[in-house]
Amino acid sequence: MELPVQTYRVTRADLVRYAGASGDFNPIHWSDRTATGVGLPGVIAHGMFTMALVGRAVAGWAGAPDAVVDFGVRFTRPVVVPDTDEGTEIEVAAVVKEVTEDGLTRLDITATCQGEKVLSQARALVRTTR
Amino acid sequence: MSLDPSFVGRTYPPTAPYQVGREKIREFATAVGATDPAHHDPEAARALGHPDLVAPPTFPVIVTMAASRQIVEDPALGVDYSRVVHGDQRFAYTRPVVAGDELVCVNTIEEITNRGGHGFLTTRTDVSTVGGEPVVAVWSKIVVRGEA
Repeated sequence: MELPVQTYRVTRADLVRYAGASGDFNPIHWSDRTATGVGLPGVIAHGMFTMALVGRAVAGWAGAPDAVVDFGVRFTRPVVVPDTDEGTEIEVAAVVKEVTEDGLTRLDITATCQGEKVLSQARALVRTTR
Repeated sequence: MSLDPSFVGRTYPPTAPYQVGREKIREFATAVGATDPAHHDPEAARALGHPDLVAPPTFPVIVTMAASRQIVEDPALGVDYSRVVHGDQRFAYTRPVVAGDELVCVNTIEEITNRGGHGFLTTRTDVSTVGGEPVVAVWSKIVVRGEA
């Protein structure tokens, strides 16, 4: 079963806010000079910000903020965030792989930006009964 | 760069307790756009059976990233942090983090491999309360990129 696709807009302001909230002040997430200096096309989103957006989608699909039991991803491609009002967009999709006898649902997740997958092996196990 | 595989299995001393505050949960939830009332309103969290605000799923990274400095800043291991890229991340929860938790991290190096001039380091961080109740196990793999 496919779950409804969630789309999240990501701007530089979001990255600054996430940096402050998470304590991850690596300048590749806010300085073009630093990002291009290490060979990136420009400022990129924190991998953990992308994972947080996916977590939001997963909690939304599960219908509860405390439903996530296990959650893992591999970061495969950076999410480049241009310094524009529009920024960029991350699309999160998932399919239900399995519903276990003890009421857990296993999801296989896809996250894409500009048509390219930015995560692989993205999986979550959620409690779908209370 | 090459990482010394003999560090596999090494466990570091427990970190100083991290006090999970309501406002930090609200700030983090707002930053990631998590609008569920259980992240913002203690009554909504209590209605779900929790003692206080529930943290979003990736919130523990605040605690574990700070704790992992023990490893990436261990001079004996010699990680060049300017060359570090995040590879994998996983959380396995015993229960969600809630406001009021005092969390202690114990870091263990689970795996070190060297491939194609890059070093790969997997750490497991067991996050528990000061009272010893397990809360979440967190795995993180970092890639230390070699000189091009």
